Amino acid sequence: MSNFSLQVKELAYAYPDGHQALFGVNLELRRGERVALLGPNGAGKTTLVMHLNGIIPTMQGSVSVAGQVVKADDKELLTEIRHKVGIVFQDPDDQLFMPTVGEDVAFGPYNAGLRGPELEDAVKNALDLVGMYEFLDRPPHHLSFGQRRRVAVATVLAMKPEILVMDEPSSNLDPASRRELADIVRSLDVTLLMVTHDLPFAYELCERSVILSGGVIVADGSTESILKNSDLLSANRLELPKGFAL
Amino acid sequence: MIFLAIWLAKLPFKTVLFRSLIEIPFVLFAFLMPFFGTGDSFEVLGVTIYEAGVLAGLSIIAKGTLGILTAILLSSTTTARELLRGLERLRIPSLIIQIATFMLRYMNVVNDEMERMRIARASRGFEATGVQHWRVLGQSAGALFIRSYERGERVHLAMISRGYQGLMPQDAKVKTNATELLLGLALPILASIISVTTFAIGQ
Repeated sequence: MSNFSLQVKELAYAYPDGHQALFGVNLELRRGERVALLGPNGAGKTTLVMHLNGIIPTMQGSVSVAGQVVKADDKELLTEIRHKVGIVFQDPDDQLFMPTVGEDVAFGPYNAGLRGPELEDAVKNALDLVGMYEFLDRPPHHLSFGQRRRVAVATVLAMKPEILVMDEPSSNLDPASRRELADIVRSLDVTLLMVTHDLPFAYELCERSVILSGGVIVADGSTESILKNSDLLSANRLELPKGFAL
Repeated sequence: MIFLAIWLAKLPFKTVLFRSLIEIPFVLFAFLMPFFGTGDSFEVLGVTIYEAGVLAGLSIIAKGTLGILTAILLSSTTTARELLRGLERLRIPSLIIQIATFMLRYMNVVNDEMERMRIARASRGFEATGVQHWRVLGQSAGALFIRSYERGERVHLAMISRGYQGLMPQDAKVKTNATELLLGLALPILASIISVTTFAIGQ
């Protein structure tokens, strides 16, 4: 087994319309590490995330998950990779597409072949991790935004991913929901790549941060050292909230 | 019979009556039918009434009312989710079930989006009062379509990220037992017996 949950090497990508989003990204995540992926809007963060489970096929360079190289044309491998890389999308309404919370959480494990009591256990464990088991039979649109975000995390946790990728997990959350989500993330034993603009949230949860800007990684280090470097932050359109000091 | 079923289902009479009102526009023409027609006719209070029209009108009203009452009975005793599950077990093509399931899930989301757009329009002083405003409403509808389409794409991404391969999970938990089956068939069987008997008597 590889010591790295994720290895991205010289990844470059241009959209079909010619717009180039990534110019040789290098990134390695050790197993169990929590890393914040920072960067301004349009830096290529989402494009990078879409590469991690082969939704965007790799054009140049390589992406490997737990030592396996992602190849978009190998369907069987891709299914396996998609179970190892759990992506929590930004809008929970995009992620929760089934009529009830329970069925939604069951979707991933079901596709992985779980049935009957095993499936029920997987659903219960995942919902317990985010404290939402009592909402098993509720339709997602009856939940608050914070609750939906938590269920969205559960839908991915139910697949027991090697690496959890969260896109803007703290956006649109009230302070209490934000803290609850932070507690949940901290309690998980999983490699985490968190895409965010919320620098205090990154500082709270991730020991390491990388900045993606203009399609390349321009900084990689401890979150503290990166957030203390105000020149680096302002060069990349990142700012700490007023009054926030490390 | 249908009334018996409604009574057994413990539906409030008021709700049933209120929901039945939707029938009125449809049976309005049935009330007019006796006054127009050909063939045998008789006069009531100086108005010519055609026999064939009376029969046709009454039969439309009867069928309409029965249909409406049955639909009310079904929709107020069975949730939309159970209906879809039922259809699934009746081996309706899974694609159609999937479309209906997503419609059910995203109706509220799209509705909210529409409402937000309406509020955004109104907040900037827009009020739809006449034909000259249809252009704006049309553009809003177009924007809503595009938003929904893009959401569809994002949902699809989320689905394949969790291993979707064209089939939705089916839960085999529910099994019909004989009692439920008999109970469900009771009404149609009873109706068939009655119609066969009346037909036999009429011969």
